[in-house]
Amino acid sequence: MVQTTSSTSTGALDLEREMDDARAAATTLRPAPGAPPTLSSYAEAEAYSGALDRASLRRTPGLYTRAWRIFRANKVSMTALVILVLIVVFVLSAGLISTYVTGFTPSENHLSAKLTPPMTDGYILGSDGNGRDVLTRLAYGGRVSLTIASLAALSLFFIGGVVGLAAGYLGGKTDAVLMRLVDVLLSVPGLPLLILVTTLYQPGPVGLALVLALVGWAGIARLFRGETLSLRGREYVEAARSMGASNPRIVVRHIVPNLLPLLIVYTSLSLPGLMLAETGLSFLGVGVQVPTPSWGNMLGDGQQFFRTNFSLVLIPGLMIYITSLSMYLVGNGLRDALDPKLTR
Amino acid sequence: MTAYIIRRLLAMIPIILGVTFLTFAIINLMPGSPVLRLRDNPKIRPEAAAALEKQLGLDKPWPERYLTWLGDLVRGDLGVSLYNQLPIADRIWSVIPATLLLAVASLVFALIVAVPMGVYSAVRHRSLFDQTATVSGVAMYAIPDFWLALILVWVFALQAKALGLPSLPVGGMTDARGGGDFLDRLQHLILPVIALSLAQIGGWSAIIRSSMLEVLSNDFIRTAKSKGLSDRVVYYVHAFKPAFISLLTLVGLALPGLLGGAIIIETIFAWPGMGRLTFEAIGRRDYTMIMATTLMFAVLTMLSNLLTDVAYVTLDPRIRLE
Repeated sequence: MVQTTSSTSTGALDLEREMDDARAAATTLRPAPGAPPTLSSYAEAEAYSGALDRASLRRTPGLYTRAWRIFRANKVSMTALVILVLIVVFVLSAGLISTYVTGFTPSENHLSAKLTPPMTDGYILGSDGNGRDVLTRLAYGGRVSLTIASLAALSLFFIGGVVGLAAGYLGGKTDAVLMRLVDVLLSVPGLPLLILVTTLYQPGPVGLALVLALVGWAGIARLFRGETLSLRGREYVEAARSMGASNPRIVVRHIVPNLLPLLIVYTSLSLPGLMLAETGLSFLGVGVQVPTPSWGNMLGDGQQFFRTNFSLVLIPGLMIYITSLSMYLVGNGLRDALDPKLTR
Repeated sequence: MTAYIIRRLLAMIPIILGVTFLTFAIINLMPGSPVLRLRDNPKIRPEAAAALEKQLGLDKPWPERYLTWLGDLVRGDLGVSLYNQLPIADRIWSVIPATLLLAVASLVFALIVAVPMGVYSAVRHRSLFDQTATVSGVAMYAIPDFWLALILVWVFALQAKALGLPSLPVGGMTDARGGGDFLDRLQHLILPVIALSLAQIGGWSAIIRSSMLEVLSNDFIRTAKSKGLSDRVVYYVHAFKPAFISLLTLVGLALPGLLGGAIIIETIFAWPGMGRLTFEAIGRRDYTMIMATTLMFAVLTMLSNLLTDVAYVTLDPRIRLE
């Protein structure tokens, strides 16, 4: 695979020079039209045009450079990425918002000022049933929800990736045992299992992320197994093996780098689902536990004031929706940019 | 085909063992039992709690209890609920129709909307309709269904009622004040079905669109058109059939989600189905009931997978049974 490092400044300059030389040589050596070509000039021209081809070949941008170019040209995905970055900035500056903008801490109760509508008495987005400031909780809750989703996605791909790689590469009994486990997990609908585990074990935010990963890795493992199986049979893997490469070397140098684009695409595409799972569980009251805010438990809490204070339902839900939509659009853009089957 | 189905049904047995063992382990590795909670209650004498524990068989180690449970299952006995001592089988049979009704209605509704949407998008590729449908498809796919459910209730029940417009019912399957006819049931179905199927519509219409686009570039489509067949026949008969097969896999994959994912929707709309029963059972630590609903979910999932594969083989002559 062509490496992206070829685009570093010195390398690019060298390449530029080499190409100019080659181009100059090719033009000067081209025989004049009509004149019978001399043998030596032909041979030399060919040698130089060979250099030109090599230079232009090396200039081919790497997979990720090209993917970023395709992604950048995709207006929808870029917009979604910008929105997602803004949301991340919003939740990361939760502390600043609390200190400088709202002046409330996320779990501060003001029972005398409960259920304040938005834009009144200093509550920019209103207050909830305990008189807690919604905007502050939205920032802190978003931090919790996004952290859980990201952590869950990373763990999910670590587990699914390792299992899929092991099953696909080692084959035989390992494959048989691991795939039976995958079959079992895929036959239990995820949500009931998640509710069961979170209700009984009441994990904290980090535990919840791990539970989401432990329940959800099976599909990914199956995907990676298939991909590993197909990569294992490729000629370059055979070539590496014939040159005496060890199994770990083949996996690390030849299989994993080729799985990486798939990994990136499916990690980003799994993010919205994982966030919806967490917020769904928290909505039901079996995910993130109050007073720790999450967009899901804010929505669940707001549900009881549904008739009088609809903003308590509308606002956290809207944040979940905008975030999941942006994550999904970014993931789609990444898939279009990274999937070699789609590039023509 | 019969041999294939029998083989697949037999292959379900180890998976059922795995699923139930896993669930049993999750439940029992957890410290605390329904009886333990009684022990914290000062009004109940410790001896009485111990007696109850013995009566329910909870004093034995859990692997032994799993084998007992399995033995009962083989004899067709799902046991009694720890919560109210009523037979579990009766309760399960009473909720399965509601769950299937909701799942099948959502499936049918999603297909009715998604298929024309996807086909028409592909036929009018890059048109205004195509662009609008693609954008709204993505918007539907990403929506959190529990939030959508609340919004639907707010708009079609609360606001509609406040404005004096006809409103839709938001709880249960039938009207408690003597409903139950077809129209009443249909009205109760509308909102939960929309909440449950919107994401599917978004996902499926995109799939149908892309597989239709692929099919439309084939030679046999040009042949069909050059024979002078009408566009309608070419698109909906010649092109749709191969495109539908790729949709089928997705429908099969979505079925477990429609069955199990309905938990939140069933809870919001007080739908008397298996999802709500499961949620209640988990909240009550009704372990025997949890085991039974997990088993039913797993069986329904595997049966729907089998059904998909059978349909796949029947519809696509290129696929042979191994």
